[in-house]
Amino acid sequence: MNHIETEQCLAQMASELKALIQQRGMQSPLMIGIHTGGVWVAEKLYEKLQLSDPLGSLDISFYRDDFTRIGLHPEVKPSNLPITVEDRHIILVDDVLHTGRTIRAALNEIFDYGRPASISLAVLVERDGRELPIEANVVGQHVELSANQHIKLEGPERLQLVVQEDE
Amino acid sequence: MKRHNIQLNEAGELHHFLDVEGLKRELLVNILDAAESFTSVKAQQVKKVPLLRGKAIVNLFFEPSTRTRNTFELAAKRLSADTLNVNISTSATSKGETLLDMLNNLEAMHCDMFVVRHAQSGAAHFIAQHVAPHISVINAGDGSHAHPTQAMLDMFTIRRHKGAFADLKVAIVGDILHSRVARSQIHALTTLGVTEVRVIGPKTLIPDDTASLGVHIYHDIWEGLRDVDVVIMLRLQKERMSGALLPSEHEYFKLYGLSPEKLAIAKPDAIVMHPGPINRGVEISSEVADGPQSVILEQVSNGIAVRMAVMSILMGQTFGKEKGASE
Repeated sequence: MNHIETEQCLAQMASELKALIQQRGMQSPLMIGIHTGGVWVAEKLYEKLQLSDPLGSLDISFYRDDFTRIGLHPEVKPSNLPITVEDRHIILVDDVLHTGRTIRAALNEIFDYGRPASISLAVLVERDGRELPIEANVVGQHVELSANQHIKLEGPERLQLVVQEDE
Repeated sequence: MKRHNIQLNEAGELHHFLDVEGLKRELLVNILDAAESFTSVKAQQVKKVPLLRGKAIVNLFFEPSTRTRNTFELAAKRLSADTLNVNISTSATSKGETLLDMLNNLEAMHCDMFVVRHAQSGAAHFIAQHVAPHISVINAGDGSHAHPTQAMLDMFTIRRHKGAFADLKVAIVGDILHSRVARSQIHALTTLGVTEVRVIGPKTLIPDDTASLGVHIYHDIWEGLRDVDVVIMLRLQKERMSGALLPSEHEYFKLYGLSPEKLAIAKPDAIVMHPGPINRGVEISSEVADGPQSVILEQVSNGIAVRMAVMSILMGQTFGKEKGASE
């Protein structure tokens, strides 16, 4: 099994995010992580960027597009957006960007909480395989994986990426 | 051989929700956990999630109900399902249509779920046995038999206030005889591991077989409420009373009505619950019902989240879906 450290990657993402926030003139951006891995990544970035408003978390289970095929996710968590998203600049954080379906679901959920001023996307890892026209603004690293390989984040203390292969 | 539980599909997932009795703890905890996650929906500006979009849910209420029917309807709507309220008194059953003909017609309208309230015990079971296999049935109260979603919202309320179930002392007070709520609560409490469930009421309102459910029976409320963590008051069901089971409402209140003095016997942080509708001055005093220990209105709000959980678990069961859901 192949472990990849993330510390350097997170530092680089934080500085890119800082530049993005400045460049776009985002007033006190609101960071939201997607359960579970995205929340872990968001916690690290949140600390590095020293944002003022509390960190939000989203569980997108109720917005997934495969409910009629796989049913309700058994470990669904409540979403927690401590502050209104209305007119706010949002930085959405996830661990892995693959098909783009998770991000689609997250965008829909955020809009049910209000109308944000903007949403930017930061991901620790992106891989090929997009099924929707969704791209990240900040990417930790790009990995080349074959169709039978998966990448998973382990945490939450020390974040490590693990590449697994189907039998 | 074990009798097949009609509520479960072949994969052991909930297909109907008719009764708490006979369900494993794991299934009940699943419902409570899912309900917890649905509580965040009320914080949304758009209080809706798209989970059951395109599904049609029918409320079949053969008996009057305000809270239960409204919260079922709201729960369905917050899941983005389409809802249909069949008003039985004005429907064709009053023109002589049989129940099964009515069900066949609703099936022909491509409905996906029936929520059934009926004055006869076993009505929801009967309907579950006769509907097409893709339709799920929820029992919203049948006679004096069961009211499983009420019991689960009560468990949810208890868990939110008290955390774990194991060490709790829970008292259920009043008209056990006519109470489908009490029956479902007792099964839910014992399945979830509550060690001490007490049942308090006059001899005439506690059925003979109650002790076999594993509960402690008290006829003296002053003794029964001692050190309990949760007090569940039941409504005196005047409409189901036949025969002289009670001297008078006034007398009943004096003996079994929850007053501040009686509540003081319970633990200081005990919560007071009631499935509603409350008869003020009969089973509970206004002082207690509106007091700081009362969680009666919280129960109503929790009812929405719990019913959302049950509906989405039933509609999301995965068995058979791999083979193609559109057959």
